[in-house]
Amino acid sequence: MIHLLGPLVLASVLAGLGVYGILARRNAVLVLIGAELLLNAANLLLVAASTLPAGGLAALGQATGQVQDPLIPGQSMAIFVITIAAAEIGVALAIVLLLFRARGTVELTAVQELGEASATYTETPQTAKANGQ
Amino acid sequence: MSGLEVLFIALAVLGGASGLLAVTSPRVVHCALWLVVCLGSLAGVYLVLGAEVVALVQILVYVGAVVVLVIFALMLTRAPVDPSPRLNGPPLQKLAAGAAGLAVGGILAGTLIYAVGGTEVQVRSGQGGAKPIGEAVFSGWLLPFELLSVLLLAALVAAIAVSRRPADRKRDEDGTR
Repeated sequence: MIHLLGPLVLASVLAGLGVYGILARRNAVLVLIGAELLLNAANLLLVAASTLPAGGLAALGQATGQVQDPLIPGQSMAIFVITIAAAEIGVALAIVLLLFRARGTVELTAVQELGEASATYTETPQTAKANGQ
Repeated sequence: MSGLEVLFIALAVLGGASGLLAVTSPRVVHCALWLVVCLGSLAGVYLVLGAEVVALVQILVYVGAVVVLVIFALMLTRAPVDPSPRLNGPPLQKLAAGAAGLAVGGILAGTLIYAVGGTEVQVRSGQGGAKPIGEAVFSGWLLPFELLSVLLLAALVAAIAVSRRPADRKRDEDGTR
């Protein structure tokens, strides 16, 4: 027997840390680390929920409460979330790399304009760096 | 307190502490390495909860692939190796971020504890093995599974298309090698 309290508290702590990491960091790669922590908090909740019998909390105290859902939704969805997270981080890091090539920096506060060079585009790698100082 | 719970608490403390260091450390490479510790201890937590396949996928995909991608990105963007004060926003932003993080964690913990507070569950080690998970994924979850393979392919193509240099693109359009 194991208390469900522990996994739930750990998931909340990781979610809080992930939000802090996303909001407080200036380097784009470190913002992504915060996003990974958030995704892992969600995953931990899914896996913790998969220890409940079919029917969830309501079925726990009943006689039928020992039947397991044959589709194992919690763990299957956790695997899907990990896959989606891998796809997400691949695309996100490609965009960060593109940002570094275009502006010479990955500091999010230094990048004030989106898009590529155009008539109204004023940022070059040099001015982007100067703005970030 | 059972042995499983002692193991869980040890792994949870390790995971929480390394997660905290991953988002606060002043060295970028250390952040990525603390993320390895955090994700690895989470894989241990999944094992304690009886989810063997999820734990293995976590180690393979997260610790193996995602963290390597992050470290590659740090190298390619010439991240500083020394401690750098420029990784974080200004102090006020850090304060606001800390408040937001505390609020999110607090609300989530409060709601979850209120909903499932003192529930004790039996860990079924048999349900997380490769056979039940494989049967579940290839029966009821078949459509999402196939859609995920399309998503992964799209993400792969998109990552390559986005990160190509303009010079490469021009050379391909001209047809010269």
